[in-house]
Amino acid sequence: MAGTSMVAYSSSWSTALLKISPYTFSAIGIAIAIGVSVLGAAWGIYITGSSLIGAAIKAPRITSKNLISVIFCEAVAIYGVIVAIILQTKLESVPSSQIYAAESLRAGYAIFASGIIVGFANLVCGLCVGIIGSSCALSDAQNSSLFVKILVIEIFGSALGLFGVIVVTMYVETCLELFSPES
Amino acid sequence: MYGFEAMTFNIHGGYLEAIVRGHRAGLLTAADYNNLCQCETLDDIKMHLSATEYGPYLQNEPSPLHTTTIVEKCTLKLVDEYKHMLCQATEPLSTFLEYITYGHMIDNVVLIVTGTLHERDVQELLEKCHPLGMFDSIATLAVAQNMRELYRLVLVDTPLAPYFSECITSEDLDDMNIEIMRNTLYKAYLEDFYKFCQKLGGATAEIMSDLLSFEADRRAVNITINSIGTELTRDDRRKLYSNFGLLYPYGHEELAVCEDIDQVRSAMEKYPPYQSIFSKLSYGESQMLDKAFYEEEVKRLCLAFEQQFHYGVFFAYMRLREQEIRNLMWISECVAQNQKSRVHDSVVFIF
Repeated sequence: MAGTSMVAYSSSWSTALLKISPYTFSAIGIAIAIGVSVLGAAWGIYITGSSLIGAAIKAPRITSKNLISVIFCEAVAIYGVIVAIILQTKLESVPSSQIYAAESLRAGYAIFASGIIVGFANLVCGLCVGIIGSSCALSDAQNSSLFVKILVIEIFGSALGLFGVIVVTMYVETCLELFSPES
Repeated sequence: MYGFEAMTFNIHGGYLEAIVRGHRAGLLTAADYNNLCQCETLDDIKMHLSATEYGPYLQNEPSPLHTTTIVEKCTLKLVDEYKHMLCQATEPLSTFLEYITYGHMIDNVVLIVTGTLHERDVQELLEKCHPLGMFDSIATLAVAQNMRELYRLVLVDTPLAPYFSECITSEDLDDMNIEIMRNTLYKAYLEDFYKFCQKLGGATAEIMSDLLSFEADRRAVNITINSIGTELTRDDRRKLYSNFGLLYPYGHEELAVCEDIDQVRSAMEKYPPYQSIFSKLSYGESQMLDKAFYEEEVKRLCLAFEQQFHYGVFFAYMRLREQEIRNLMWISECVAQNQKSRVHDSVVFIF
């Protein structure tokens, strides 16, 4: 299309990729942000929940304390929701002549990358916290002095999701401030 | 994929694994055994056991107690726990749990056949069978005259059917052949269980192969020692050894030609895990060998609990419970016969 100086042949992959609308990239990024985060949170909750239920039959005292593991997993889903909302507020409409301008593409890719960052960081964080939570419940059932020590490990694990959120918040702020709405 | 079981194990096995670990916490400790060893009568034993998890099972028994009653009620507790786990399990865990009981099935079959040979009453024999190894039509075993009939009438419908292919001969059942049949069946069972665990893969395969190899090696040593001085030929002896384990194949070659215990000892001392067992025995003594093997087994079974997300914990729990029931039986017998000085000869502490 006129107005863009792309070095590309008319049927190459780079042309095809560059012609994907930045709206698509943004939308997919937001979908991944919330979808994959929730996948990680759910995965973690079922891993820890099934062990917790079984262990609580013989040792009912562990139930209230070990809900913390479930709460840490849930926090991972909340991070995903927060980031999805932030990203969604950055979505702006542009006039059709500007769709393939460099700034528009940059904004689209930024939102896509943010979605991937936070989605996959939360996926592994949820898994990590879930597995540790399962071991925590089983150990607590045998020996209650172990609970706090394993909880420390879990706290380190839950920091992983937080890293993703921090990077995305900074990225979105610095990357998208250049693109102020012209319409 | 080994190492990533944690991600999917809890879908089907998380609840049951947590339950079996809860049961493990109820195994008797050294303090309990010390209390029990100091009892004077069987009623004292019942009183001490009522403070443990065996309480509900023993409290309705009238005095005077017999040792067989205590053992029966404790076994009943194990069977209840097993049945609860089995009905909650899905494949492949349910198949794994069923595999654990086939050893008892084999023992029950041999018990009934031997008892019939010695003209015992079938009902009396059925009461002596281990409850974990019961199956329908077990009473029909008393009718069979030789192995072919045994297979055709009864065993073809049981899970033991595939183990019989090496055993079917038209020979009549006598004591020698029955022992050979028992060991052949057990060999086929161990190999089948081993292959099943290898197919499951991951941590289950690794832990179970260690436990089953120890079992196979222990049986090889016991077969060797028990067949010294009998008519069993070397080739027959070699056919009874399983084809896996630490001793396979070179240890089996050496064991097959052993003619007394010292030769067995020198054959086993080449393997470091068994060398430590045999070093506990002085020369010429074999009574403590059983206890030494049980101690080693208990040590390995307890190690199976160190790892999460595998099926070995179920096998380890069942075996530890059986060891505990053996301990209780020994203590009860010693107390009942007033031989308390010999109590520590055969009690293996689990914790």
